[in-house]
Amino acid sequence: MLTKSTHDIAASFSRRGLLAATAGLMLGLASITGAKAADDTIKVGVLHSLSGTMAISETTLKDTILFLIDEQNKKGGVLGKKLEAVVVDPASNWPLFAEKARELITKDKVAVVFGCWTSVSRKSVLPVFKELNNILFYPVQYEGEESERNVFYTGAAPNQQAIPAVDYLMKDEKVKRWVLAGTDYVYPRTTNKILEAYLKSKGVAQEDIMINYTPFGHSDWQTIVADIKKFGSAGKKTAVVSTINGDANVPFYKELGNQGIKAKDIPVVAFSVGEEELAGIDTKPLLGHLAAWNYFQSIKTPANEKFIKEWQAYTKNPKRTTNDPMEAHVIGFNMWVKAVEKVKSTDPDKVIDALPGIEAPNLTGGTSKMLPNHHITKPVFIGEIKGNGQFDVVWKTPSLVPGDAWSKELDGSKDLIGDWVEKKCGNYNVKTNKCLGSGS
Amino acid sequence: MLANLPARLCALALSLFLIAFALPAFAGPFEDAVAKFANDDFSDTDEAIGVVASSGNKLAFPIISALQDGRLMADPDSKKVYVVGADGKSIDAATGEPVASVPDSASAVRLNNRLRRSVDAALGSLTLQSPDLAVRLQAAQSVFKSHEETALEAVDGALAKETNKSVKVALGEARAAILLFKSDATEVEKLEAVATLKARGDQEALALLTGMGDQPASVTKAAASAIGSIQSSLAVWSTVQNAWYGLSLGSVLLLAAIGLAITFGVMGVINMAHGEMVMLGAYTTFVVQEVIRTRYPALFDYSLLIAVPLAFLVSGAIGVLIERSIIRFLYGRPLETLLATWGLSLVLQQAVRTMFGPTNREVGNPSWMSGAFELGQITITYNRLWILCFTLAVFAILLAMLRYTALGLEMRAVTQNRRMAASMGIATSRVDALTFGLGSGIAGIAGVALSQIDNVSPNLGQSYIIDSFMVVVFGGVGNLWGTLVGAFTLGIANKFLEPVAGAVLGKIAILVLIILFIQKRPRGLFALKGRAVEA
Amino acid sequence: MTPHMLTRSLDRGATMFLAIVAACGILIPLSNLLLPAGSFFQVPTYLVALWGKYVCYAILALSIDLIWGYCGILSLGHGAFFALGGYAMGMYLMRQIGTRGVYGNPILPDFMVFLNWQKLPWYWYGFDMFWFAALMVLFVPGLLAFCFGWLAFRSRVTGVYLSIITQAMTYALLLGFFRNDFGFGGNNGLTDFKDILGFNVQAEGTRATLFALSCLALIVGFLICRAIVTSKLGKVLIAIRDAESRTRFLGYRVESYKLFVFTVSACMAGVAGALYVPQVGIINPSEFAPGNSIEAVIWVAVGGRGTLAGAALGAVVVNYAKTFFTSGVLAPYWLFMLGALFILVTLLLPKGIVGTFNAWWEPFKAKNGVANEAAEDGVSEPKMAE
Repeated sequence: MLTKSTHDIAASFSRRGLLAATAGLMLGLASITGAKAADDTIKVGVLHSLSGTMAISETTLKDTILFLIDEQNKKGGVLGKKLEAVVVDPASNWPLFAEKARELITKDKVAVVFGCWTSVSRKSVLPVFKELNNILFYPVQYEGEESERNVFYTGAAPNQQAIPAVDYLMKDEKVKRWVLAGTDYVYPRTTNKILEAYLKSKGVAQEDIMINYTPFGHSDWQTIVADIKKFGSAGKKTAVVSTINGDANVPFYKELGNQGIKAKDIPVVAFSVGEEELAGIDTKPLLGHLAAWNYFQSIKTPANEKFIKEWQAYTKNPKRTTNDPMEAHVIGFNMWVKAVEKVKSTDPDKVIDALPGIEAPNLTGGTSKMLPNHHITKPVFIGEIKGNGQFDVVWKTPSLVPGDAWSKELDGSKDLIGDWVEKKCGNYNVKTNKCLGSGS
Repeated sequence: MLANLPARLCALALSLFLIAFALPAFAGPFEDAVAKFANDDFSDTDEAIGVVASSGNKLAFPIISALQDGRLMADPDSKKVYVVGADGKSIDAATGEPVASVPDSASAVRLNNRLRRSVDAALGSLTLQSPDLAVRLQAAQSVFKSHEETALEAVDGALAKETNKSVKVALGEARAAILLFKSDATEVEKLEAVATLKARGDQEALALLTGMGDQPASVTKAAASAIGSIQSSLAVWSTVQNAWYGLSLGSVLLLAAIGLAITFGVMGVINMAHGEMVMLGAYTTFVVQEVIRTRYPALFDYSLLIAVPLAFLVSGAIGVLIERSIIRFLYGRPLETLLATWGLSLVLQQAVRTMFGPTNREVGNPSWMSGAFELGQITITYNRLWILCFTLAVFAILLAMLRYTALGLEMRAVTQNRRMAASMGIATSRVDALTFGLGSGIAGIAGVALSQIDNVSPNLGQSYIIDSFMVVVFGGVGNLWGTLVGAFTLGIANKFLEPVAGAVLGKIAILVLIILFIQKRPRGLFALKGRAVEA
Repeated sequence: MTPHMLTRSLDRGATMFLAIVAACGILIPLSNLLLPAGSFFQVPTYLVALWGKYVCYAILALSIDLIWGYCGILSLGHGAFFALGGYAMGMYLMRQIGTRGVYGNPILPDFMVFLNWQKLPWYWYGFDMFWFAALMVLFVPGLLAFCFGWLAFRSRVTGVYLSIITQAMTYALLLGFFRNDFGFGGNNGLTDFKDILGFNVQAEGTRATLFALSCLALIVGFLICRAIVTSKLGKVLIAIRDAESRTRFLGYRVESYKLFVFTVSACMAGVAGALYVPQVGIINPSEFAPGNSIEAVIWVAVGGRGTLAGAALGAVVVNYAKTFFTSGVLAPYWLFMLGALFILVTLLLPKGIVGTFNAWWEPFKAKNGVANEAAEDGVSEPKMAE
């Protein structure tokens, strides 16, 4: 039928051959790109930028998943089938993330996708995962305020990173005055909103909080570092809570070091600076500045030492670092494998229902659990930067902290919970007992 | 008096030694405190520091300074604590007896920021009478910062013996800081203290004055006037500081743009790969430093000096290669060079990403590029200062080269009138290649400097390309002086806007100002005049 | 547009182009909707969305070709107009979410709720009505282009100076839209759309319709461009492109011509953006990135500057290459290939794909006694000099 109609229309124009060829080409293309999936493997999508501005962080995560798949296949794969990675490059381009997610799910028929780093990339692929009903494991600390049926958040929510860090500074360092410095985008804005509300609830006055935002990739920090110095000279112990985005950290820390701001005078606690970021800086002037994460490479547990050894062997680089989002992928991957083996199927609906309650060991000696809100329980560590680019853990939470999808500090979300087990709802209002909006 | 210091020191050390042996090892408060270092608990360590520092025991100084340098080893099993000397010899921290070796199970006692402050305070009062002038000054400053009452006696003692003027001032300030916070100090003492701090007049003095808490009315009043005067003097300084920051930012912009001013301004090639030439220069620095680190660590301080000519050669050679293989086919079609060089920039970025990995590479600051000095009430960092000097030097050399060398003459001739130059016997295509190589080489040099303040990653060039174009266009295409003035104008304007409008809005404002400025002067600050311009 | 203008503006190539676009616009949605999934001729929904994106890019390329190919204005900031159109549409789509947002707030979009905004900013008023949003899609980019052009052309900013300040414009907008305080969702932009005019944006039928509409917009845009470039006005534009000063000396008000065509082009880019957003599902500030605008210019160069159909073709070819190279084994190397493509096209095909094809076809046509149409319609290849 289609060829006929093509023919009819083509006939009415002079250059019918070319036209038919074009139409044919398009349809042919449709069939080529819609190639069938092989049945003897389970496909796993890897959606991390390998080029563009985010490649700096995301490339490692792609390698992590390839490494995990390799290890799993050595153990015989999953359900008797080998895992096969499908790697695409969304090139740090947000619309391309959506396009590639669609391609992975429809064309490559992957069973699960591990991917994204920035919030905007996650937001961009969200509608695709909802529409095509697939699973995304998102491994990076983020601003929270989300609980979607198709997404599993293995990174930290603000209550698993920001709030414990502030608590530590308040109790241990007796900090009374706060600089909240961040890159101007959603994660720092939300985190700072949450922290501001939290600090005020602890009796910190408005004039003791300074909030500062800078553009992406900001490289000239002279003025801001001087401002921090000035703000810190008001006679109260001052600390900087930094949500500065990856790339801008190197010049920021270089300026801090050069202007002589020592951690013992004004400590900086960062939420986006890990081993990978420090690899680009001489850390000796930064001794004692802090970072809050759920994992540090320097934590000595048998599981972590084994992981680091195997990872360095896999990448053939004895100096290759590990970091927090990598551990999140390790936990997420193992949880997915367990869930698939539990329901003996890779069908997304079954796996999504099976995942809450699944437990997997983390690399720091505990056991993380997937919660009904699709976040996981994690320990929180505060580490001090050492001279060798690693962190020395100076404080940790006594037990694992469950991730809150919705912050209790914000007016809009304090009554909300995510519960995909009982309520089948990501944004359930416990006051009104209603699932808000369309939910799923 | 200074001359017999070594002798005195020897005597001191000897007596120390004797005391250590003379005292029998019984478990007193000092020994208990030392044992606490082995608990690996921050509060215990803090307590131990306090007890050890105030014990008057001669081992206090070696223990605390070892703690600061990570040379204090503790064995968690035997609860023994050892001091590893800078010379590698170890002693038992509790008794001072030498030990043959520290057991393997011992590890360095850990510190956190709170403890580092305690250590500084403790060391401050212990080293106030150190023979080394710099150590004494540092000690006085540490005491000033910690201003703990317990140090007052030590400060008074040191003040009585001190002969050096600047240390004396520092000790006086430390004393004032202590008295200000001492609850039982007299009103007169406190008023004097306020006056001393007012004379110091910097942010730290301001911090003490604003944070001093409840005081007698007269002191509060004096403090308020001191705060007012310090603040108004700091406000003046902050203008100077903004100007300096502006100059510094301007120098970075100029450095990044100067190569573009040649390839784009003089040759008319819209070189979108210019940023990548900068990046290549930065990576050259990285490679040079890697080689130096592994082979010739002693040369590290010279790494940048070695990297500058190499970066010039690497980027310059690649520039010549690009000109010969791509650009020369595109002369007279400037907008097409934009497309080809954009493609080229993608290729170069990805090539570097493939070769060096996508993550940041560490380029260290040589010692002469690290740190800062105070000029009045502003902090000037050495790296920024050197970059400013370096930029001006590059600019001067470039101008001189264009003005006084044969190649410079040929370059100017070819850009002014290509056909006439050719008929005069100038090999125009050779000059083209060399000009492009020169512009690229200078971009490479810029990379060496930028590696000191920014990320060395494949994206390095991208962050400078737009700013560079703005600078060149704002200053007027084809005029190096325009680029100079343009860069410094934009840098200073940006730094004066930033405190008012914030970093993001400040940058937006600058862009809008450029757009409006171009309406007023459609060909930039220093426009070329003449017929050729309109063609 | 009178019938006379229409016929005059259409030569064989143009007719062919329109026929192909129309055929795609009709056949692809039909095949997607009517044929069973998995059948050989069925175009999967994912390809419909993908090609819908390409068609939007083609409209953007067309708008750039109109000013660059025919009037010599090289805008390195056309992505800004595209994005503004997209934002206008995105704001409409956000308002349509209503109580289905995660916080269930009937008025405020989610990102405002969680940043504790209390009321809707004034510039969001009216966007709950489609007609208003549709008007804004044209009006906002058009107004910006008019103001910008009015300033720039009157003060005779030309050549690279113009290119660089258009780049400054889009860069300033990029930074502005990144700011959460601007009230456009900051870096995350606008996303999680539900309905457009009551239809679910994710439904296959909606996607197919949007695709068909995009093709229709491409056709209309193409006709408008043809009508402009083949009219008397178009001849003046070409004169401006080739020798601006001389045209001015001949008594033409060069700035008015430029301003007109620049504004029309910006409106077209806005429409492209508006169609792009519901198909892609997100609009965020990265669309303002100067790199995007440069890339759009490159599409035009690849396809053939000054050949309208070529611009559209270039957009599709380059973006298809991007889609193709970023998957599978080639993924780590795709930037090499894209970069090489740009270099090779500029070096080997300076007139672009269609321009080169025409140059090769002209003598062939003449030999076969085909009337010299290119001369008739008065549109010649641009001299590539600035």
